Amino acid sequence: MMPPAATRLSRPELVPDDAIVEIRGISKTYGADVEALRDIDLDLPRGKLTSLLGPSGCGKTTLLKIVAGLVKPTAGTIRVDGRIVDGPGPERAFVFQDFALMPWATVMRNTAFGLELRGMARAKREEIAKRYIAEVGLSGFENKYPHELSGGMRQRVGLARALAVDAEVLLLDEPFSAVDEQNRRKFQEDLIRLRTVQKKTFIFVTHSIEEAVYLSDRIVLLSPRPGRISGIIEPNIDRTGNPDEIRRDRRYLDAVEEIWQGLREYVD
Amino acid sequence: MKAFNRIPIMASLLVWAVLWEIAGRLELIFLLPPFTDVLAAAYDLVQTPTWQAATITTLRAFLIGMTLSIVIGIPLGFLMGRVKIADDLLGMWVNVFSSAPLSALVPVLMILFGFGERTIVAAVFLFSVWIIVLDTRAGVLHISPSLIEMARSYGASRRALYGKIVLWAALPEILAGLRLGLIRGVKGVVIGQLLVAIVGYGALFETFSRNFRMAQFWALTIILLAFAMLVAALIERFERKVEYYAGAR
Amino acid sequence: MHVDIPREATGLVPLAGQRRKAAARPFDRPLFWRLLSIAVFVLIWEIAGRVPVSYAFPTFSATAVAFFEMMVSGELPKAYLSTLQPLVLGLVLSTVLGIGLGILCGLWRPGEFMAIPIFVVLQAAPVAAFIPLVTFVYGIGLAAKTLAVMLLALPVIVLNSYKAVRNVNASLLDMSRSFLGNRRPSIVKIMLPDASPVILAGLRLGVAAGFVGVVLAELLITPTGIGDLITYHRSRADYAEMYATIASIIALSTVTLIALQWAEVRFLRPEKRSGA
Repeated sequence: MMPPAATRLSRPELVPDDAIVEIRGISKTYGADVEALRDIDLDLPRGKLTSLLGPSGCGKTTLLKIVAGLVKPTAGTIRVDGRIVDGPGPERAFVFQDFALMPWATVMRNTAFGLELRGMARAKREEIAKRYIAEVGLSGFENKYPHELSGGMRQRVGLARALAVDAEVLLLDEPFSAVDEQNRRKFQEDLIRLRTVQKKTFIFVTHSIEEAVYLSDRIVLLSPRPGRISGIIEPNIDRTGNPDEIRRDRRYLDAVEEIWQGLREYVD
Repeated sequence: MKAFNRIPIMASLLVWAVLWEIAGRLELIFLLPPFTDVLAAAYDLVQTPTWQAATITTLRAFLIGMTLSIVIGIPLGFLMGRVKIADDLLGMWVNVFSSAPLSALVPVLMILFGFGERTIVAAVFLFSVWIIVLDTRAGVLHISPSLIEMARSYGASRRALYGKIVLWAALPEILAGLRLGLIRGVKGVVIGQLLVAIVGYGALFETFSRNFRMAQFWALTIILLAFAMLVAALIERFERKVEYYAGAR
Repeated sequence: MHVDIPREATGLVPLAGQRRKAAARPFDRPLFWRLLSIAVFVLIWEIAGRVPVSYAFPTFSATAVAFFEMMVSGELPKAYLSTLQPLVLGLVLSTVLGIGLGILCGLWRPGEFMAIPIFVVLQAAPVAAFIPLVTFVYGIGLAAKTLAVMLLALPVIVLNSYKAVRNVNASLLDMSRSFLGNRRPSIVKIMLPDASPVILAGLRLGVAAGFVGVVLAELLITPTGIGDLITYHRSRADYAEMYATIASIIALSTVTLIALQWAEVRFLRPEKRSGA
C-alpha cells in the first residue's frame, strides 16, 4: 500500500484503529482517458480529522465526493461504518467549497435545510439550527441572507448546516479556499475548538500544507495524474495550548517542511 | 461537446419534417401541404425573377439598415459605457425602445419615409440598433479597470486605448449584441414589409396568402427561417472564436 | 465591503444579451436623471415638431393635447379595452404553457429533444410572417389575435424557462442531494427558486413580445382597438392623434415591464430587496 517515497516521512506506527470509512480499490476515470484516481486503498479513523492533501489535479475532491456518494467511482467500494456507500447517507454531511448556500433563503433556513429535507417539523428544526448557528458564532444573524455575510461567515453557515444533521462523518471540501487569510486562521482555530466539543470524524480536503498540518491528526498525501496515495503522515501536534504557539511548534514546522519536500516534485 | 449537442437538434427537426410530410399527405391540417411539395416549390421559387428581385430588394434594405445600426449603435454603446452623463441621459430611452412594441412605430415610418425601401431600412434600423447599443455598453462596462489602468500606465494614447484595449476587451459582448441585432433586424425587415405590403417579401407573402398558394407561402417562410438561422449561426461561429479570451477574463 | 455581484448577472450563453437588458439596471436610476432624460427627449420632440422635420411630425404639445382629448372622449380607453383582451388572454396562456413546457423540457430529455429545436427556430425566426396565415385558420376575431400574441410570446418564455432549469447551480443540487433531498424536493426547493430569476426575465421578454404581437395583429388582421386608432388617424392625417396612440402603447408596455420587475423584487426576491 505504501510507495517507497513515504518511508521518508515520519510515520509513527499506525495503530490499526477503528476505521469508520474504508476505501477499497477506488478508481475513477472521467470520459475515455482522464484518470482522476487509481486504485486507492485507505482507512479513515473514527473521531479523527484526516486531511487529503495534494496539488491540483490529484483527485482529492473527487475522492471526497466519492465518499460522499455524490460521484460514482469507476471501480472499488466505500464502506462507512461497515455499510457500502451507494449515494449520500444520513451518517455523512458535506461542506462545500463554494458554500452552496441558497441565496433566496435566510441563514436560519439554510442551516436547517438538511433537517427540512428529512421532514422535521419547522419549530423543531429551527430550534436545532439556532443551536448550531450559535455554535459557529453566528448568533444574531439568523434572519440575514447569504449575500449580507462575508465569505467566512457564509462558510460558517455551511458548517452549521452540516453539523445540524448530526452526521458522524463530516466531509469538508476545501472549505476555506474562498475565505480570506485572516478569516481562515480564525476559522481554523474555531474548528479545532469545535472538534473537542463535537465527537465527529472529519475528512478534510485542502491544498494548503500549513492548514493540513495545523488541523489534522492524519494527513494523506496524494500525487497527481493519476491520483494515488504517495504517503501518510501523523503530525502529532499538541493542540491544547495557544493557537499561535502551535504555529511555532518544532513538530509543526518539521512536518510542513517534510510534506513540502515530498510534494515538490509534483509541482511544475 | 457543443458539436455533439447540435446533432440531436438537427435530428429532431428531421423528425418534425417527416411528421409534416405525413400530416401534409394525409391532409390533416388545413393549409399545410406536404413538406416535399414545399421543398419543390422552394426550388421552383428561387428560379423565378420575381423571387430574385424581391430577395435583392429585401437584402439590400436589410444590409443598409444593419450597417446603419452597427455604425451608429456601436459608437453609441461605447459612449454610454465610458461617459456617465451620456449613459444617464440615454440609458432610459435605449432600454425603453429595446423592449417596446416597435411594430406600432412602423406606420409612423411609413408616413415619414414613404411606402418604399426607406421605410424598410428604417424599420430594420429601429428594430436592431437598441440591443447593439445595450450589449456594446455592457461590454465596455465589463472591462476590468486594471486593464485600462495598465494601458494608461504604459502611456497609451486615447486612440490606442480604444483601438487596442477597449474594443477588443468588449468584443465578446459586442458580437452577442450583433447576433441578437441581426435576428431582430430580420424580424424588422419582415414586419416592415408585411405592413407596407408592396415591397419585397412582404408583397410576395401578400400574393401567396391571398391566392392560397400555400406551397409557395411555406417555401418563402422556410427560406426566411433558413436565412435567419444561417446569419445567427455564422455570428455564433465567430463568437466562439473570441470566446477563448472572453472566458479568461 | 459589500460588493455583491448577483450570479445571474454573468448569466447564460445565448440569451445573456437580452436578459441583461431586462435586468434591473435601467429603471433604478436616480429620479433626477430620469426626469432630466425625459425633459430632454420632450424638448427635442417639441423642437423637431416646430421646425418641422416633416409635415407628418406633430409637436410634443400637440400630441399631448391629442392624448388627453382621446382619454376624455373615451376613444382611447375603449380601444384599450378591446386591445387588452387578446393581449392578456394570449399572455396568460403563454405564461402557463410556456413556463410549464420549458420546465418540462429542462427536466425530461425526450421533451427537450422534440420541442426545444422548434422553439429555437421560432425564436430566431420572423414569425410575424405567420400572422396572415393565422387569419385564414382562425378568422379575424379574438382567437386569431390571441394566437398572434402567443406566436410571439411563447418561444422566448419556453426557451428561458428551459435554460433556467438546465443551468441551475450544480453545486446547490449536489448540496441538496448530499443532505438526502431526492428528486421532488430538489426540484421544488432548489431548482425552481434558483431558476426563477431567469424564468421571470423570460416572462418579461414574453410580455414585450406579446405587445408587439397584439399591435401587429391589429394592424395586419383587422383594425380593432389600438391598431384601428392608428390606421384610422393616419388615413385622416390626424397625426397628433396617431402619435398619441402609438406613444401610449409604448408607454403602457414599458410601465407593464417595470411593474413586473418591481413585483418580482418585492414579492419573490427577498435577498435582493433587503440587501440594496
